[in-house]
Amino acid sequence: MQMAWRLVRRWQVRVLKNEGTGLLLEFPLEHYRFETAGEASSKVKQVVRQLGVDAQTARRISVCAYEAELNAIIHAFGGRMKVRVFPDRTELEVTDEGPGIPDVEAAMREGFSTAPDNIRELGFGAGMGLPNMKRSADEFEIKSAPGAGTWIRMLVRY
Amino acid sequence: MKLSEVQRLLGATLIWGEHCLEREVATACGADLMSDVLAFTKDGALLLTGLINPQVVRTADVGGLSAIVFVRGKTPSPEAAAMARELDIPLFSTPHTLFQACGILYANGLAPCPPLAGKSLEE
Repeated sequence: MQMAWRLVRRWQVRVLKNEGTGLLLEFPLEHYRFETAGEASSKVKQVVRQLGVDAQTARRISVCAYEAELNAIIHAFGGRMKVRVFPDRTELEVTDEGPGIPDVEAAMREGFSTAPDNIRELGFGAGMGLPNMKRSADEFEIKSAPGAGTWIRMLVRY
Repeated sequence: MKLSEVQRLLGATLIWGEHCLEREVATACGADLMSDVLAFTKDGALLLTGLINPQVVRTADVGGLSAIVFVRGKTPSPEAAAMARELDIPLFSTPHTLFQACGILYANGLAPCPPLAGKSLEE
């Protein structure tokens, strides 16, 4: 726990509050900031590893965070990710003020993508993001509507 | 298979990570789609790719991959190389194409990643 706190302090991540044994972290996500894309997810992974979460589970948490983070960076005009680390689970909540998803069911299908070519050239936009989140999480919820942004909640148990 | 053996079989140049050459890899994945890498690899897998941007290194970190081999003699961007040092992910460059490099490693016993690393979507 002490090591995890040391990391959080060094990175100057915004810690919302310390709820009992849980850690609540918040990361801002900036539109098209590819230089730092994925940084939040790497940090989340390090924190949960420091707190004793096994490598396979930390990977699932990290994949959930990374795909959601990239979606917000690519499609939305930025947003934020809140991560709550508890002794038995990690919850991730990603909110953006982007254009929203007109057809969530279609977007959940593998291969469905609306990413532009410059994103595809980076190796993304293959239509695997949302399916990857759903596959990696134990619980997955998404709410989105055109003009209303997107809200995603994921839970990974250890 | 040790990374040193991967390097020898592929005639690869080590770009960074000499201290990792004894690291063992059991599975490998050849891909240019980063979400496919996350969907289809397991922890500790080797990634062969033609992409050289920093997001490849980030994906390897998120996916817990053991090393990256850039194909067709490509070398990573300076940002990607710096990130690999920071995240402790060894990098290699092989003159072979993606297809050839994968074939060589497969023929020498490196296993493909299982079809789906996570849960099935139908569950």
